[in-house]
Amino acid sequence: MSTRWSRKDLLGLRELSAEEINFILETTDAFKQVGTREIKKVPALRGKTLVNFFVEPSTRTRTSFELAAFRLSADVINISATTSSLTKGETLKDTARNLEALHADILVLRHSSAGAPQFLGNRLKASVINAGDGAHEHPTQALLDLYTIREKRGKIAGLHVVIIGDILFSRVARSNIFGLVKLGARVTLVGPSTLVPREFEKLGVEVSHKIDNVLPNADVVNLLRIQHERQRKEYFPGIGEYTRFFGLTKERAKLLKPDCLIMHPGPINRGVEIDSEVADGLQSVILDQVTNGLAVRMAVLYLCGGIATA
Amino acid sequence: MSAIIIRNGRVIDPANRRDKLADLVIVDGRIAEKSAIRDPQSAIEEIDASGLIVAPGLIDMHVHLREPGFGHKETIESGARAAAAGGFTTIVCMPNTSPVADTPSTIAWIKERAAAAACVNVLPTGAISKNISGEELSPIGSLAQAGVVAITDDGHCIQNNELMRRAVEYARMVGVPVLDHCQDYNLVGNGVVHEGYWSTLLGLPGWPAAGEEATVMRNILLAELCDHPIHCQHVSTAGSVRLLREARGRGVKITGEVCPHHIALTDEAIQNFNTNYKMNPPLRARADVDALLEGIADGTLSILASDHAPHADFEKEVEFDAAPFGIIGLETELGLFLDLLVHKQRKIDIARLIQMYTVDPARLLKINAGTLSIGAPADVTLIDPDLEWTVKIDKFESASRNSPFDGWKLKGRAVRTIVGGKTVWKL
Amino acid sequence: MKNEKQDSSPAVPIMDAEAIRRALRRIAHEIIERNPQLAQVVLAGIPSRGVEIAKRIADFIRGIEKIDIDTGIIDVAMHRDDVGTRPELPVVRASKLPVPLEERTVIIVDDVLYTGRTARAAMDAINSFGRPAQIQLAALIDRGHRELPIRADYVGKNLPTAANEKVRVRIGSINEPDGVWLIKE
Repeated sequence: MSTRWSRKDLLGLRELSAEEINFILETTDAFKQVGTREIKKVPALRGKTLVNFFVEPSTRTRTSFELAAFRLSADVINISATTSSLTKGETLKDTARNLEALHADILVLRHSSAGAPQFLGNRLKASVINAGDGAHEHPTQALLDLYTIREKRGKIAGLHVVIIGDILFSRVARSNIFGLVKLGARVTLVGPSTLVPREFEKLGVEVSHKIDNVLPNADVVNLLRIQHERQRKEYFPGIGEYTRFFGLTKERAKLLKPDCLIMHPGPINRGVEIDSEVADGLQSVILDQVTNGLAVRMAVLYLCGGIATA
Repeated sequence: MSAIIIRNGRVIDPANRRDKLADLVIVDGRIAEKSAIRDPQSAIEEIDASGLIVAPGLIDMHVHLREPGFGHKETIESGARAAAAGGFTTIVCMPNTSPVADTPSTIAWIKERAAAAACVNVLPTGAISKNISGEELSPIGSLAQAGVVAITDDGHCIQNNELMRRAVEYARMVGVPVLDHCQDYNLVGNGVVHEGYWSTLLGLPGWPAAGEEATVMRNILLAELCDHPIHCQHVSTAGSVRLLREARGRGVKITGEVCPHHIALTDEAIQNFNTNYKMNPPLRARADVDALLEGIADGTLSILASDHAPHADFEKEVEFDAAPFGIIGLETELGLFLDLLVHKQRKIDIARLIQMYTVDPARLLKINAGTLSIGAPADVTLIDPDLEWTVKIDKFESASRNSPFDGWKLKGRAVRTIVGGKTVWKL
Repeated sequence: MKNEKQDSSPAVPIMDAEAIRRALRRIAHEIIERNPQLAQVVLAGIPSRGVEIAKRIADFIRGIEKIDIDTGIIDVAMHRDDVGTRPELPVVRASKLPVPLEERTVIIVDDVLYTGRTARAAMDAINSFGRPAQIQLAALIDRGHRELPIRADYVGKNLPTAANEKVRVRIGSINEPDGVWLIKE
């Protein structure tokens, strides 16, 4: 491990080099081991204060960051949009400045506005960790996806990774695309043309709207959750149509190579983007992703939190 | 009698097809012949314009002065000072104020305020629809009587084509041109940046070029149908230029204007989420910039303007999605256009640039400005076309600071602004 | 404190490869003597040189007593009490110890014992794995200047040093021969 880490913030994978990404993955190995000890705690961030600032709500990611912080012996505060003074009209910048005045060392931010973590990272001395900003990036999710692939298949370069779903609005997809392409994987995006426009080819990936053609030579299939809120209704006709054309059904799963990994960031819509049995099947590594997510977040908090205070 | 002689400058007066080294004489606030100076002994102010261009006072027909209602961003007084510092003697202000400029009384308020506090000529526009809501026509006839030089819903755009048609027909009767901010709300959705590579990469909602072009097309059809001039504000896409070129070739009364940021920057600039690069219409791709340059060069685009849109620091210093659109422009536009169009890209010569800031807007708006004809009001701009300078926003006259051009090194700027024979600003 | 940089100041040789070998063999004998239940011993090395030293001691013990001793790795980087005060963030590696640790004797193995803080961090790390019956400490070099009440049970060589001197240890390196040097500033 020759690279040293020098960033106080983790804003996304777009600006990281392949070396930096690999360094995070290698550091994750050490922290994954902590989860197997009897006392799952190390003092690396003892006395540091971590604020989970989730302007956009999430239980899973927030819990994962919270646990990661506890395992590093940090103190944790959780703030959500509804409980914060943002509802009283305070600007994001003022809210964050107030947190800094309380000596928060690390701010984990999830926000619906792309660029919000960068906005705060430029203005605060504290570390800012992006837990998802609009449709832009979700770096720790992509890092845990990369870690899981590396753990199960031994490498990333040369593998064919297929990402299926609502790519246009997905920060998980973007971070994964940046990371996978940098580490030498071949990436194919699959979904309706309204949600997977050809424009994405300029990012160094392939685009396909025919899932059955792509599945047989996939090494990894990463399924994104399909949302059908009001604003998506113009993009595709409905859940039934989506599942018929793009769902990973039992039948479609038979097209996969036996060692192909099935991944999903969660929460799963059983019966929509993935059939129930497939989600629980042997090729699914969905639960490993959760375990690895905790280790990845410990690594990220350790690396960024160590820089901010240095 | 007051007299001024501006000596040894290159007088460029496109309205009178004049471009030569000459002296310019101003007597009692109007352009005059030398013979008009009756008393040679009286105090004559002499201005040495060697090496400078002597042009008719420049006109910026797209400015947001924010009053009434948004004085924390800019006032008529500070906006006028900013205009003077940019070399402009006449500015046309947009009606998206609070209240909206959709009644004669609001127009009267603006005119009074301008007369009392503005050091340059301020010409108001009136809203096309009541409250700029795009549903009912505002009292366009009364607004014209109150003195608006054009009607526009700028900031917004009438989506109902039938309503827009009736507005254009009515404007024809009354004799005011129609200016339009071309945006199809459905195609654009909540787009904040140009729909293209960068919006895809960054996951920001895209503002497709077709969203502007659909409305440009609508306006071309209506200009033809109603036989009345419609002016497309801040044209930004290659497709819009193509449509305008074709229509103008057939003689349709359609014009287009360009703002400097749409040729100085591309959508690549938004990648750090700096809200000083967020404007409407958004910064576009390289191909669009090239098409705008061609459109300027071949005359398809005939007017230059700033879309000066001041916002307070606390309003712009927020997350990208939440920030209001727009940047200030009065004090940088001439420098940017001189630097980019005349010096760097060599698309037009300086005489044409002056024409696009004088004759062409004056003709569209039917105002008595933009010329150095004998008897015309002495609105004069002196320009040093080769002066190299660095943009320093903290020295600006404008009340706001939302500009992406701080620190830019430009070549060419106004050095003196004269309104009605009185110097209102000099470098 | 370990010293990694190559210095231009003269390096005084303290031990050569042969001296190291004899010292480690003696330590192996001492461990055998003091731990009647040899099978309960775990030689846990601190990366990176401690790991190599632990391996060599285990090899000696196997040669003498024909018993395979468990070895392990204790990464102390995440247990340090000075994260954030050092100019460079320490690189972390995965630790490995056989569990459960109750009834076992864990012998921490390091190349240089100096302030004692690394040993303290190692004990902290061990505690998160479980509660061994005993913890002992083996160091190739004891250079003095303890800042904590820590002492080594097994020492290869006592080397009095000044605070501005550096001790360089090379063991098991591909590029350089084994040895210990004292570098004066």
